[in-house]
Amino acid sequence: MIAIVDYGVGNLFSLISSFKYIGADVLVTSDPNEIKKCDKIILPGVGAFEDARRKLSDTGLDKIIIEEAKNGKPLMGICLGMQMLFEKSYEYGEHSGLGLLRGEIVPMQGVIPAELKIPHIGYNPLIFKKQSPLFKYIKDGDCVYFVHSYYATGCDDSVIATAEYGKEVTAAVSKDNIMGCQFHPEKSGDVGLNILRAFCELEVTR
Amino acid sequence: MITKRIIPCLDVRNGRVVKGTNFEGVKDVSCPVELAKFYSANGADELVFYDITASFEERKLFTEILTRVAENVFIPLTVGGGINTVDDFDRVLKCGADKVSVNSGAIKNPMLIKEAAMKYGNQCVVISADIKRVDGQFMVFAKGGRENTGMEAISWIKKCVELGAGEVVVNSIDTDGVKGGFDIELLSLVCQAVNVPVIASGGAGNIQHFVDLFNAIPNIDAGLAASIFHFGEVQIKDLKAELKKNNIRVRL
Repeated sequence: MIAIVDYGVGNLFSLISSFKYIGADVLVTSDPNEIKKCDKIILPGVGAFEDARRKLSDTGLDKIIIEEAKNGKPLMGICLGMQMLFEKSYEYGEHSGLGLLRGEIVPMQGVIPAELKIPHIGYNPLIFKKQSPLFKYIKDGDCVYFVHSYYATGCDDSVIATAEYGKEVTAAVSKDNIMGCQFHPEKSGDVGLNILRAFCELEVTR
Repeated sequence: MITKRIIPCLDVRNGRVVKGTNFEGVKDVSCPVELAKFYSANGADELVFYDITASFEERKLFTEILTRVAENVFIPLTVGGGINTVDDFDRVLKCGADKVSVNSGAIKNPMLIKEAAMKYGNQCVVISADIKRVDGQFMVFAKGGRENTGMEAISWIKKCVELGAGEVVVNSIDTDGVKGGFDIELLSLVCQAVNVPVIASGGAGNIQHFVDLFNAIPNIDAGLAASIFHFGEVQIKDLKAELKKNNIRVRL
């Protein structure tokens, strides 16, 4: 069973539908005990970093997620959920993340050429940087759907794929049992579903 | 680098897609779910559902259909038609829409854009504008292109983007239905005026028209069409292959 952490941020409809579509058992929950019982965790998220981070602390779910991740349970953050896995974010101020991965979230503004539009919206091909079990069913150059204005940097130890948008932007990360996608696998057609499928098939070793 | 998007637009009334022809492998071309699956499997990058229902009952049916599409198709879905309040945004987003397109609702109340953008983020709010030349000026039309609002088009679009619209659909009434190609003059002006994604609509009659569009305006993001896809005149796979041959980046 995979826990999709429900902490009142964003619309989980498509994410839940995509897991159901590939035949995975998911539980949408904000209950720490249920999260502990599941063998994998998905941390979704859309919107502003500060608001989402505060909701995780207010509910105490941040502690549960960190604890479960440190116990070796596979955890995948999606979009803002991925950004929260890092140490800090500079989105409207400076905010601490969950600190499960080394690196920080910075604006694309000023870093990419001015003629490029922000947010980075649309399908962009993945550039593989490292082998990953998440890529079991997809290949280098496959397109995934992005919607974001901030990106992860200083994360050379965990980055497994980038996408080119004026510079190479972190697209997917993985280190031990901690994983994340900046893009939306639930909106990336078969390629995205195949990434979720690979996540579901990861062996749990702990 | 980011790819150019190809977007079929489906008009839905009474739970059915209004126009459509027979596609191999699609049993019921009027069924939004079947057609959405077909387009998604054949290379559509995104789908736009346009709600042209008139009554409350039909609208309820529309949201039921949308839910079924969203449960089965995993590419971005945009919904337009009858969006006048933030509650309307809420209604379709809950059914699995990713973006909501406003047209007349924003003309009546521009602050709708701001309210919705604050609540759901700019990326969720699409401004759709029907534009027509009147005495050499581009004007915004309301009520499905029947009524001149008296507003100049480029300044209207700029205002909408300032209020929080994260994407612009430009529908040229002059080229719509003519199948003589997109309105390059109008679309170029819009692309110069705003720094959010711009989607071209109105005028596509064949594959070359898309090639011409992306060659003429390198920073335009997407091409939208309805009838040429529904009537099977253009297959999205063939279109994308031709774009690729012309060094235009697409998702294959």
